[in-house]
Amino acid sequence: MSRGTATERVVPTPLVATSRQRRLISGDRIFHAFAYAAAALIILIALVFVVAVVIPALPAITKFGLGFFISRTWDPVRSQFGALPAIYGTLVTSAIALVIAFPIGLGAALFLAEDARLRFLRGPLSFAIELLAGIPSVVIGLWAFFILTPLMRDNVDPFLQHTLGFLPIFHGTASGYGYLTAGLVLAIMVLPIMIALSRDVIRAVPRALREGSLALGATNAETIWSVILPYARVGITGAALLSLGRALGETIAVTMVIGNTMQISSSLFASGYTLPSVIANEFTEATGTIHLASLFYLGVVLVLITIAVNVVARLLVWRFAGSEPMVA
Amino acid sequence: MQTEIVPPTVDGADVEIKLDARRVNFFYGDFQALHDASLAVQARKITALIGPSGCGKTTFLRIFNRMHDLTPGTRATGEVLLDGHNVLSPDTDVINLRRQVGMLFQRANPFPKSIYDNVAYGPHILGWSKPQIDEIVEESLKDTGLWDEVKDRLRRSALNLSGGQQQRLCLARALAVKPEVILMDEPASALDPIATLRIEELMQELKKRYTIVIVTHNMQQSARVSDFTAFMLMNERRAGEVIEFGPTDDIFNRPKDSRTEDYITGRFG
Amino acid sequence: MNLPLVRLLVDRLVGWLIVLCVMLAAIPVLVLLLFVVLKGLPGILTPGFFTEPPHPQGVPGGGVLNAIIGTVEIVGIASLLAVPIGALIGIFLSEYGRNQIGDTVRFISDVLTGLPSIAFGIFAYTVVVVTTHHFSALAASIALAVLMLPLILRATETALVLVPQSLREAGLAIGAPRWRVTLEIIVPAALGGIVTGALLAMARAAGETAPLLFTALGNDTVQTNPLQPMGALSLTVFRNALLPYQNVQDQAWAAALLLVIMVAATNILARIYVRRIQR
Repeated sequence: MSRGTATERVVPTPLVATSRQRRLISGDRIFHAFAYAAAALIILIALVFVVAVVIPALPAITKFGLGFFISRTWDPVRSQFGALPAIYGTLVTSAIALVIAFPIGLGAALFLAEDARLRFLRGPLSFAIELLAGIPSVVIGLWAFFILTPLMRDNVDPFLQHTLGFLPIFHGTASGYGYLTAGLVLAIMVLPIMIALSRDVIRAVPRALREGSLALGATNAETIWSVILPYARVGITGAALLSLGRALGETIAVTMVIGNTMQISSSLFASGYTLPSVIANEFTEATGTIHLASLFYLGVVLVLITIAVNVVARLLVWRFAGSEPMVA
Repeated sequence: MQTEIVPPTVDGADVEIKLDARRVNFFYGDFQALHDASLAVQARKITALIGPSGCGKTTFLRIFNRMHDLTPGTRATGEVLLDGHNVLSPDTDVINLRRQVGMLFQRANPFPKSIYDNVAYGPHILGWSKPQIDEIVEESLKDTGLWDEVKDRLRRSALNLSGGQQQRLCLARALAVKPEVILMDEPASALDPIATLRIEELMQELKKRYTIVIVTHNMQQSARVSDFTAFMLMNERRAGEVIEFGPTDDIFNRPKDSRTEDYITGRFG
Repeated sequence: MNLPLVRLLVDRLVGWLIVLCVMLAAIPVLVLLLFVVLKGLPGILTPGFFTEPPHPQGVPGGGVLNAIIGTVEIVGIASLLAVPIGALIGIFLSEYGRNQIGDTVRFISDVLTGLPSIAFGIFAYTVVVVTTHHFSALAASIALAVLMLPLILRATETALVLVPQSLREAGLAIGAPRWRVTLEIIVPAALGGIVTGALLAMARAAGETAPLLFTALGNDTVQTNPLQPMGALSLTVFRNALLPYQNVQDQAWAAALLLVIMVAATNILARIYVRRIQR
């Protein structure tokens, strides 16, 4: 196409595609191809992922089948493995984490989302929570190992035993390591997610509802209890489930404080194991193919549980809060 | 149902038809948005499309530079001839078409780049050399009356300009690729009266070299600015139609269709 | 009348409970940072911390040079893999992805985000370590890259979707082909969000430990060959904590502090960058 100088009019080219224009159009085609290739790549990665996690577990799956889930044995010498203690530990620690993080997280979220008093604290609190979300889990584990564990052993556990020792969950001697400490650590790690998601969910409650309740003369507390929480119930459940999903998968911080003992105990002071902790601890020293395959099997179980919890959770949160939740 | 298809010859002189739309029907999926719309746009004149909201003026305008290609599920029948070639045919080089038929949008949409880069982008894509681009940037900014206002801050972001300046920048950007036709979709609707006036003055200048088609919901603007006017309405099936088309003076003072007259005199819309 | 008084008290109580929750929520991070700084500072200020590899166990002194190089190299390679691919997928989702393939990609991305980080280590172990018969930094990088991918992809898509459609129309209207509009107009307009997403993903990757346990394995010597096992700050923190030597434990705290500083610096960098391009 003639470029012309600034003062001449440019002679227009015919509108049927010439070779130069075809080059431009094929530029579109190439770009289109690259973009689709990238999409295909991630789908491929996902498939390879599934294969890479499941295939090595097959020897154990074929040997133990579903009995793996209910067997308490973990014996490398006799090549007998069962996941029950690890599953138990995972569930107990995650439950403790939720019991602690759910109310605290919800309370903090109410503070952040509501037009409440002490507004100047909202910025700093948000910042603090974001900071917490960014701290690597190994750092939290380190702190828990050196600082929290002695604190639990010397102060918190004896106190609990002294006051609530009649309950079976507080029996036995406390070493500072165990389900309770691990649950507490998980609670700290899960708090940022619980707060961030709950805050989004509560913010999504229409102002009109809240103002309507207050205009009728209801107090803040009554509005929260009777209007906001019921409305946001589904979303908050989703937030709790996503937090649960995070707790289930946390490996490092838990490994450092749970005591790494393959057993099932009703006492929260006892040492135990979680699914990811077993894998982390024994992987490089696995003796024999069945041992290794069993560790992979644990991995499969872990991944399945986590995916299930996450999928359900996201469906709930999405339907409620409307848009993508911001998860650190 | 149309009253006029071809405008009467002016002073018997040779009339050059730049853009010729013939019986264009346009569909969003199953919904028909335009019915048998025809328009013969004369070269180097300003043609206005007026009518109440929703009558299909913007839809019609965007057919001329194939902007509807961006929306999936749209389909057009009929012909739109630009210098004899049917713009709607599948072997049309749409990219080249859009260079030749430029567009000014309702809200100014400068790129989040510098003022210079905004105007230079089109020529840059066409592969012009740096000195040529410098020249065309200056010329385009002069043509839109912006040069003196921005010549000392060409490297600053275009987003710092006022609304009216941004719109003139978008016009300069369109001019920089030397189009034949400029489509304007309610270009001044978001601007204050003074900025609007500047755009209208510019249009009078530009029509000496460019063919302009403008969609406007402001009748007075159409009466002030355009040489030819097409009045559009939605029919019973909610498809837009060209009701009447002719020299602006005729449309506003001697409308042939009663519906045109009703709209002009403000009885509706 | 008693009734209003009860309601008032309940309201006050709930108010205080909420404040209590706020304090309980804020305390952990403060306590954590306090201890990390207090316990980590001596180690960081020890001469040789940054310049020497660890000494044999029991021998005082030494540093974490191997781990610093390791973290930088492993995360660096992972970013080289994840950022371009993730950005491209994000572009795909925003410009071409309103269809079933796009939905599939988004679903996969969401699932990946929720997986425990050790799963990525398992993945890389099978795909890289087993096939090459080597523990290697590369395996760790691949694990981290897959972990980072969904984060970058989502941040890119979000940033691109926020760019107004009128900008795309403006670019096309002057006769630019679609790929140029996307690459030269839309992506630059969204760059703030994309770079932030990439930086945050990198910070996250730098702190990960589990995916490295049986991929990079760890290495007490300073070496830069990605095909060999390599140390990392997170591994140092994890393993040193369990060793009985005081200086080694101090190094764990110092390495932890270093990690926290790196993560914080990256976050701040991201914020500064966004503010700068918004000008």
